Amino acid sequence: MNPIPRHRLSTRIWHWVNAVAVIVMIMSGLMILNAHPRLYWGQAGANFDTAWLELARFPGWLTLPSNYDLALARRWHLAFAWVFSFGLLGYFVRSLWNGHFRSRLALARKEVAPRRLWQDIKAHARFDFGGGSQRHSGYNPLQKITYSIVLFVLFPAIIASGLAMSPGMNAAWPWLIDVFGGRQSARSVHFLCMAGIAGFLVVHLLLVLASGPVRQIRAMITGGEAT
Amino acid sequence: MTLPRRQILLGSSSMLMLSGCDRLGESKTFQDVLGLGEKANFKIHRALSDRMALAREFAPSDISPTFRQNGTLIPAGQTYAQHAKENFANWQLRVDGLVERPQALSLAQIRAMPTRKQITRHDCVEGWSAIGKWSGVPLKLILDAAGLRPQARYVVFHCADGMDDDGGSPYYESIDLVDALHPQTILAWALNDQPLPVGNGAPLRLRVERQLGYKHAKFVERIEAVADLSQIRGGKGGYWEDVAGYEWYAGI
Repeated sequence: MNPIPRHRLSTRIWHWVNAVAVIVMIMSGLMILNAHPRLYWGQAGANFDTAWLELARFPGWLTLPSNYDLALARRWHLAFAWVFSFGLLGYFVRSLWNGHFRSRLALARKEVAPRRLWQDIKAHARFDFGGGSQRHSGYNPLQKITYSIVLFVLFPAIIASGLAMSPGMNAAWPWLIDVFGGRQSARSVHFLCMAGIAGFLVVHLLLVLASGPVRQIRAMITGGEAT
Repeated sequence: MTLPRRQILLGSSSMLMLSGCDRLGESKTFQDVLGLGEKANFKIHRALSDRMALAREFAPSDISPTFRQNGTLIPAGQTYAQHAKENFANWQLRVDGLVERPQALSLAQIRAMPTRKQITRHDCVEGWSAIGKWSGVPLKLILDAAGLRPQARYVVFHCADGMDDDGGSPYYESIDLVDALHPQTILAWALNDQPLPVGNGAPLRLRVERQLGYKHAKFVERIEAVADLSQIRGGKGGYWEDVAGYEWYAGI
């Protein structure tokens, strides 16, 4: 019997394209933020206005490029925004088409029962990922919830808030900036979504390391189990 | 323990990746590839947006308490200092290039032309925004007075502020005719109902409301209509475009 494919081809292609895009977007975005590392709510905000968050400049190893260069960071950011957005769009279309979201991410009622969730939280706290026995049983509830938040909340919100910061788009689609309550609010939401995605990325990598990185990475490349 | 080794491996590979990205970013070819994103952004903005689509205008209560001054705060040199001392009474705006009737307009003549007032948000490429009330003459009226020739495709703004330490290489910017003829594109001579402060570009600055701040040329002394931008200075259509690689289309 052939092994059950662990990850669909569309998932694998998108995963790696998106991994590159997200890392480039975060690092070039931090360089852009370095130009004015203060965040505000509302339409306007500059040095004389009250910032809700004032950050130190991010160090070179976290930014792209590593030396201060706002123009080049914007080139990276605004070019990879296309890779990120259209990659996501392609993945959404494909996944709705082939029922991927329904079969892999939809939560069954029993999965969100408090007792089941609590079990899952305890298992995560013990770094118990079921070893080999759960290999083909799909994602656990916490995983489904996390992936859904990233896919359906953070990713769309970071794209929308990014578009809402553009003065050209503000004239073309005035309703978009109103969703966020102003340009500086959109900029703050953009930053908060980034923080959420970066947090996800760190936890995701740690959990891959903790749950058998070689097997996990191979599965995301080949799709199935080699052994 | 394998973890430290793994961390060292991960750390060093991410460092390799980083320096690799830096090197990629320095390559001219790769910059051109990234530049395709800019071209796509410009095309899609123009496709999505009505050419007359207006930037939002705000209420007087939205005006920023302090409108941040940025870029050149005062142009160097005797000539500008003299103009400032005379309250720009002898300032002239020249309009030339591909026009039928080159113009030389005094500030008084410009202020006597029909005035548009707009309270708009100024977005700097650095990320901050400020709201201010601008009064000025629609650029279209100036261009109509000069009569654009059919070959004219872009409008170049030559400024009085030199960007070098010795006052050389004056600031300049350019826009296409879609933006030049847009109703909110004005040459402003007042900010918040006061004569335009020197730090904000006295006596005349461009407002091109659907783009970022560096397009809004300050201290404008000459407007030139051209067929293409490649013959002007560095060829990329603006000071920061030439010097640092900023996008010519600054709608994002």
